[in-house]
Amino acid sequence: MARVSNTALLQQLIRRDLRVALRQRSEFLNPIIFLLVVITLFPLAVGPSADTLARIAPGVIWVSALLSAMLGLERMFRDDFRDGALEHMLLLPCPVELAVLGKVIVHWLLTALPLLLISPLLALLLSLPMQALPILIVTLLLGTPVLSAVGAIGVALTVSLNRGGALLSLLLLPLLIPLLIFATAALEAATYNLSAAGPLAMMAAFLVLALGLSPLAVKAALQVSVN
Amino acid sequence: MWRWLHPYAKPEATYRLNKKLLPWFAWPGVVLLAVGLVWGLVFAPADYQQGDSYRIIFIHVPSAMWAMGFYVGMAVAALIAVVWQIRTAEWALMAIAPVGAVLTFISLFTGAIWGHPMWGTWWIWDARLTSQLILLFLYLGVMALYVAFEDQRTGAKAAGILAMVGVINIPIIHYSVYWWNTLHQGSTITQMVTRLEAPTMPAEMLWPLLVNLFGFLGVCAALVIMRLNNEILRREVRRPWAIAILKGGQ
Amino acid sequence: MAQSAALLEARQVTSVRGERTLFEDLNLAVHPGHLYQIEGPNGAGKSSLLRIIAGLLQPLSGDILYKGELRQHVRREFLQDLLFIGHKAAVKPELTALENLEFFAATQGQPCAEPPFELLAQLGLVGLEDVPAANLSAGQQRRIALARLWVSGAALWILDEPFTSLDVAGIALLHRRFDAHLQAGGAIILTSHQPLDWAGRSLVRLQLEYSW
Repeated sequence: MARVSNTALLQQLIRRDLRVALRQRSEFLNPIIFLLVVITLFPLAVGPSADTLARIAPGVIWVSALLSAMLGLERMFRDDFRDGALEHMLLLPCPVELAVLGKVIVHWLLTALPLLLISPLLALLLSLPMQALPILIVTLLLGTPVLSAVGAIGVALTVSLNRGGALLSLLLLPLLIPLLIFATAALEAATYNLSAAGPLAMMAAFLVLALGLSPLAVKAALQVSVN
Repeated sequence: MWRWLHPYAKPEATYRLNKKLLPWFAWPGVVLLAVGLVWGLVFAPADYQQGDSYRIIFIHVPSAMWAMGFYVGMAVAALIAVVWQIRTAEWALMAIAPVGAVLTFISLFTGAIWGHPMWGTWWIWDARLTSQLILLFLYLGVMALYVAFEDQRTGAKAAGILAMVGVINIPIIHYSVYWWNTLHQGSTITQMVTRLEAPTMPAEMLWPLLVNLFGFLGVCAALVIMRLNNEILRREVRRPWAIAILKGGQ
Repeated sequence: MAQSAALLEARQVTSVRGERTLFEDLNLAVHPGHLYQIEGPNGAGKSSLLRIIAGLLQPLSGDILYKGELRQHVRREFLQDLLFIGHKAAVKPELTALENLEFFAATQGQPCAEPPFELLAQLGLVGLEDVPAANLSAGQQRRIALARLWVSGAALWILDEPFTSLDVAGIALLHRRFDAHLQAGGAIILTSHQPLDWAGRSLVRLQLEYSW
């Protein structure tokens, strides 16, 4: 019989998942709207002074991004677990890690891409200095795949639970603290016209580490969850 | 590894081994802890800068150290449980978690008490304290994940995977927090704290601290062993060997 | 039949669920051209056995061999030759019958050159090919899942309760498909509560007891 190549399978998986997600549009757009609303709350809470906003902008943007990511993560495996597509995925004739990577890529495309698109708007709303905008985009480019990859571990662990929402955040947010520290440090450096190369290099290292190791953990977690 | 571990995969064998090990941890632990506490809290000289308030390090430092150490121990149990599918390792993992969490809490609590006379406030975002706080969250995550599952075996396996992910992350978190701390404030406070733990610490202070370190280890290891044996009996309560032990009271 | 001709073998498989032993030292040899029906009361471990053979569940002890080699050593070959349809049939409710089918065919290595309308007609899904599966009845959804049997080239089929929510015509259709598969040298392992209406002598029954 015909042998299916790894890339063909990966392509098929990504295509199907994107198609499914686009059929239920509200689901993946909700977290990004949530993010916008949260960002709006800050000027209302601390006052609209541009100085104050610019000072807290790096932290506010990244904390909001983390929180909104927690909302959207669940759908990475939840529906697949319910309708059996997860078992089908584990039995595909390709390494499970590869299929997991496909899931991470789809999640990234659906959540991080919209975030990147609206990032200039976020910078504008929070009076982030213009020279920091490229760095904001770079931190998002480096950091959001880490979010998706580490998030996948948490979702894979909690997917068989009926109410995993708050638990998911409890498991994941502590693990994501280094990401938050370096992303905001890079942004802060940029707002003061300093070099952000150091923190960005750390984020790149996290990215390599997360993409390399998390599929292994996700595989183990999924095998426990489908039991 | 497997060959060596296999006999102890049997709950009964583990139970009997634990029974033999328990006194070797419990008694030295209690004695060392008592000696160390009295020595440290009463007889050790006062610090020339901090006076008597520094004495809380005799509790703070051991608990902080073993909080980290027990997390690693938990991850090792998790590795054994997940790779070799050994039930007793799953129980060991869950026996360690609450003890480690309490140690972390003690270190945070004593840190706050220590901070009050030193810094004039109960909480300060010092790198050590922050890092311990995150460690507490990691422990709470492992325990929360375990109890979220109805099937305890599945829960233990899931918690085990999380513990292993956590142990890879601990150094990253630890150094990130230190780096963050130096970025955001002058490190004078941290220096003042480290001075006490540096090797330049006078021997009259160092010795009771070392005694306490081993005292904490003995007592906490004994607690873990007792928790593990309780768990073994609870799970095996229908097996003949467990019934014999429970009836015989030995 | 010679031992070496077995497509799949389970050797001394022991499975434990919670603290209860489902089965101990179970041996099973699956030969081409045979249908294996696993019977037993609820909770006897029928589904667990199927999942262990497929590799979704880890047995406490024992080995699964595919063509004489340990399954985990020939994972890719084994999975390429396996078709597993569990309780949850992996039909995406957001996608149409056609889209589901095309995905299955592609992952099975038999991408459809053109929409498989003939197959849809056979399964009684014509006219519904553009409706999301969520809007179809349970029986129709089941038919989408079972359509995989027609687009797959796998020799070993593992089916958990394939007849659930099918009507009489659907069951007859499935029987004909089983027959063709066995004729072609395939093997089928399935669980079913209903007694299988199977005249052929290639049926092997395996009874699992409910044990403590």
